[in-house]
Amino acid sequence: MLALIEGLVQAAVLSLTALGLSLVFGVMRVVNVAHGEFFMLGAVIAWWVATLVGTNPALGFIAALIAAPIIAGLIAVITDWLVLKRINYDPEATIVATIGLLYILQQSVLMTFGPDARPVEAPFNTRLAIPWIENTDAGWALYWPWGLSTTSYKLFVIVAAIALLSLIWYIMSRTKLGLILRATQLDSETALAFGIPVERVYALVFGIGAALAAVAAVLIVPIQQAHYLMGADPLLLSFIVVIIGGLGSLRGTVIAALIIGMSDGIISVFFTPTLAKIMATLLVAMVLVYRPQGLFGTRRV
Amino acid sequence: MNRNLALHLAVIAALYILHLTLPAYHHGQVARIMVLAVFAMGYNILFGYSGLLSLGHAMFFAAGMYGMGLSAQHLGFATLPAFLIGILCATALAFVVGLLALRTIGVGFMIVTLMFAQAGYLTILYFGEYTRGDEGFVLTNTARNFGNLDFSTADTRYLAALCLFSGALLLKLLIVRSKRGRVMVAVRENEERARMLGYNTWSTKLYALTLSGLFSGASGASYAILFGYVGASFAAVPYSIFPLLWVLVGGAGTTLGPVIGTAFMFYLIDYASGVTDAYMLVVGVTLVLITLFVPGGILGLVKSRFARWIP
Repeated sequence: MLALIEGLVQAAVLSLTALGLSLVFGVMRVVNVAHGEFFMLGAVIAWWVATLVGTNPALGFIAALIAAPIIAGLIAVITDWLVLKRINYDPEATIVATIGLLYILQQSVLMTFGPDARPVEAPFNTRLAIPWIENTDAGWALYWPWGLSTTSYKLFVIVAAIALLSLIWYIMSRTKLGLILRATQLDSETALAFGIPVERVYALVFGIGAALAAVAAVLIVPIQQAHYLMGADPLLLSFIVVIIGGLGSLRGTVIAALIIGMSDGIISVFFTPTLAKIMATLLVAMVLVYRPQGLFGTRRV
Repeated sequence: MNRNLALHLAVIAALYILHLTLPAYHHGQVARIMVLAVFAMGYNILFGYSGLLSLGHAMFFAAGMYGMGLSAQHLGFATLPAFLIGILCATALAFVVGLLALRTIGVGFMIVTLMFAQAGYLTILYFGEYTRGDEGFVLTNTARNFGNLDFSTADTRYLAALCLFSGALLLKLLIVRSKRGRVMVAVRENEERARMLGYNTWSTKLYALTLSGLFSGASGASYAILFGYVGASFAAVPYSIFPLLWVLVGGAGTTLGPVIGTAFMFYLIDYASGVTDAYMLVVGVTLVLITLFVPGGILGLVKSRFARWIP
């Protein structure tokens, strides 16, 4: 049960991050290697905003939740405009450019934020005990064992992620904006011919992708800590999720995030973390080699 | 005797003159650059000539390095057999990775090589008992001798690096001028058309990747011998990015570009790390600027403006 909630928290954050990566790849055909750095940026901005706002952690958290995605999104839009647009979204050149962006963001944060990990206080963090049922002499009894507990904040993370995912799903499938995005995804040239401002759509999507990563980071930062190198793991995991779920497939991404997030804890029970990571990366490589459309994707990549 | 060969021999001769004139600090640095330039040349065979962008070349470098280091350290091999084992490991690894990864194209190939390299890096950490993980190990001096040559002395080291460098440079010139080399370029320019003309593009790509692994492995094994240190950091992501950076800066698809790129970036990073801790910032900025303004690299620029004959 405890592992389940931890796994769900992981999966919630992961699905938001991976969704950003998937959206950018799906619509723009761009592999954003700097995605993990937008995640890191979100966490660092959260720390920065929380420190600026000061005493009240709840107020600081809400401010961070609004500010972090906006700032990260803006940086992404500027990057798109300054760099990606100028190299015509050529797949190989964008990978090289986003690797460059990765180092620029990471090292700039190192210079300003410093090499230390810094915590952000959660807005609320009451300890919730989880009831446990056990067969005692007096029949089935319900009791609250010591140590078996979670925090209200972790539950909030899960709920918030579900809400955000639903919102994205709603936008993608029910609104005009979603229609435009899907049209661009299917065929950007035809979309352009029908009067869709593809360039602006691309900038918007790149911004939304970064903003999603930043939101995920703000949610996780009271549980983990903000650190300038924290982008590497989410990047790798998001890649795994997006590849397994099928590049550009929304539903597959969420399902894969659930699988990976939940299995992360379970695998590490049986194997050492390093061995688990080795197997995971090899597995992903094999999926790409033998099923490049992903396990849930149907479209040709 | 054409001017291509003359140009390459002149570069080698110039490096020999530098051996006699350079102050001690730069003497050591240039030796390092020459060894790393071989790595960049290996990368260039794959990326510059065959058009395959790998994000996992650190694994071949590390395979050479660990193949050499581990067989010398734990199996008591002498320097030369250990060196050959290192090269063999890297070449074999490149061949196997090629069999799998070449089934994918474009972005898929980049991610698959990245994943394989990550798995390789983690494997080195996993067998920390033998490899000493991130910490690495220092080779004993007995593993750094051949005949009466002691590779830990500055002069021998520089000359050994120069030998390796010259051999690699001339071999590469030979490869890219060969029939196979021209097919590689054809694959880079238009794979469909090359296939239609009856060339086996798949085996050409595998050939390029294996050769690339051989060069990278030779560079890794020599690095271990000449500088006496083997560590997991050489298998990590930055060492997959560096050869890409060197080749891009110098000029992809040119024989001397990687050499120029390696030297330029090595000194730039060396300088930057003296100024700030965030020296990787330089790497990032350079990558973005190169893709934006000089997609052909330094030598590509020279080639298109002044001398079209440079290979």
